[in-house]
Amino acid sequence: MRLELIARPSPLRLIGFPMLALALTVVFGSSLALLAGANPFQTLGLILRGAAGSQFALLETLNRATPLIFTGLAVAVAFRAKLWNIGAEAQLYAGALMAVLIGTGALGWPSGLLLPAMAGAAMLAGALVLLGPALLKTRFGVDEVVTTLLFNFIMLLFISMLLEGPLKDPMGMGWPQSSRLIPEARLPRIVEGLRLHWGFALALIAAGVVWVIQSRTTLGYEMRAVGANRQAAEFAGIPVGRVMLKTALLSGGLAALAGFSEVAGLKGNLTLDLSPGFGYTGIIVAMLALLNPIGVVVSAIFVAGVFVGADSMSRAAGVPTYIANIMLATALLTMVLAIALTRYRVRWD
Amino acid sequence: MGEIVEIFLSASFWAAVIRIASPLIFATMGELICERAGVLNLGIEGIMVVGAFAGWMTVYSGGGLWTGVMVAMLAGMLFGLLHGTLTVPFGLSQHVVGLGITLLATASAYFAYRLALPRVTTPPRIEAFQPFPIPILSDIPLIGPALFAQTPLTYLAFVLVGVVSFVLFRTPLGLALRAAGENPAAVAAQGLSVTALRMGAVMVGSGLMAVGGAFLTMSAFNSFFFEMVNGRGWICIALVVFGAWMPGKALLGAVLFGVFDALQIRLQQTSIGADIPYQIFLMMPFVLSILALVIMSRRAAIPAALMVPFNKGER
Repeated sequence: MRLELIARPSPLRLIGFPMLALALTVVFGSSLALLAGANPFQTLGLILRGAAGSQFALLETLNRATPLIFTGLAVAVAFRAKLWNIGAEAQLYAGALMAVLIGTGALGWPSGLLLPAMAGAAMLAGALVLLGPALLKTRFGVDEVVTTLLFNFIMLLFISMLLEGPLKDPMGMGWPQSSRLIPEARLPRIVEGLRLHWGFALALIAAGVVWVIQSRTTLGYEMRAVGANRQAAEFAGIPVGRVMLKTALLSGGLAALAGFSEVAGLKGNLTLDLSPGFGYTGIIVAMLALLNPIGVVVSAIFVAGVFVGADSMSRAAGVPTYIANIMLATALLTMVLAIALTRYRVRWD
Repeated sequence: MGEIVEIFLSASFWAAVIRIASPLIFATMGELICERAGVLNLGIEGIMVVGAFAGWMTVYSGGGLWTGVMVAMLAGMLFGLLHGTLTVPFGLSQHVVGLGITLLATASAYFAYRLALPRVTTPPRIEAFQPFPIPILSDIPLIGPALFAQTPLTYLAFVLVGVVSFVLFRTPLGLALRAAGENPAAVAAQGLSVTALRMGAVMVGSGLMAVGGAFLTMSAFNSFFFEMVNGRGWICIALVVFGAWMPGKALLGAVLFGVFDALQIRLQQTSIGADIPYQIFLMMPFVLSILALVIMSRRAAIPAALMVPFNKGER
């Protein structure tokens, strides 16, 4: 078989294949539920209800979507320039670390100054964490996929070391956790009495900013050019290495904001289970959004909904919660295939 | 210093080195075959989890040990088939598909584990592979216990390196496979199918990765638990680069890695280790892998068509 580029794909093709991918994901998820001895319709219903069935559920989904918007943006920005940042997890923890270092009493500033300082420091730390692998790539040609992946493990061990050493909360009953943030360092809730915090609003703003950078600035143009065809970009006089490094700084900074927002908005301290893989899930979020920053917001809410819904379904129906990860991986794989099929026709000859 | 010399002179240290290297050898050979044919397989981490689970589950439910290895291999090949289908004929991004496969495979293994054992908190153990000392050879001091008193899977790992090396460099199949990773158009011009070669390589490679995973549950820890693969797959990708895509050098890398890993475990118990947080030791494997990548990156041995999809009839 071979693939043939379609000059002008029909609207049916453009919509049909992605819809088919989603349908396949749902069918596959249902059969897994069946396998687990549950009623598939009931299971899907429970996932939907758990994700969006009540005000509480919906806010929980938006809360869960917040770090995913940040990591999704981080991945989208990097992948657009073909910088394979798989290390959003490490950058997230770097951001969380800065939030805790500054926000637990080291600076006694009012909220209006303290929160921006924490966010800025977090972004800087995350940017520097990705700058390492990016420099190794531009200077030595070391594949950043492996280095960013390995950095995730190093960073988690580093955090573990700090939480059992200098950062350990003296009031923590021996648990490896940091002290709690001072009240001025906490992101307030958007509406008093509801659990949703300002981190969500910050994530929406970040998505807007990234959209502007990508579609309205020279840097955005250069990033797209480098991603589309590196040789051509170089030939056109674009400083490919420098663009890569700038992309890395932006991407790492965005991922770090996820850590800042989780610590300052939700948890209030740093623990080793701050992120259940938000950095990795960001890749799914970004791919489902076709690397579009506004799409990232939608897909992050969708992905968060699947997780929150599956958690609540698992408690009610007894289907293991890992079904969420399986369905998201299926959605990812079928969606990249579907997107390819909107542009290419399969010829059997 | 005396403590370190003592470590290096103990037979149990060298036995541990080889034991640690064994699963990495299987998985590294698997990745090497894929990359030689032109496909980067980032599914490795998840496929190792599947192999670890499938092998363990087979034995736990009453199957034989070698049946377990076969089941693990078949499970790995199944995910390899999926990876290959998406990346070879359809030419999708090998990064995205690979990471997707890792997520899918890991989650599937965990899902199946929870289905089979819903309420278990301590992972049940199985009767795993036992050491099989080779007569006479295993009596050689130092080398004997290290190389010749291991489990059968370890011997298989070393044999595998020879087989992979022979097939890649001494047979027409190996030549075609390497050519598919260097210059696929030339392979197609010979009337051979690049698609078939690459698909085959990804499936066989994935099967070997799964056996590497199975080693963990069937020859090392004797039970299955979450997060047990713990980045070993990613380290194997680094080992392929370290070995400059050569089976023998990759084997050397895996053993070297075993030396450092076994050393850090033992250093933790010495007077030097008492003052250093244990996390520093645990970081070492990952730091060393990155260092190895940096040192080796200058040598341009990378297959020319790695990560380049081949579409017949496209110029």
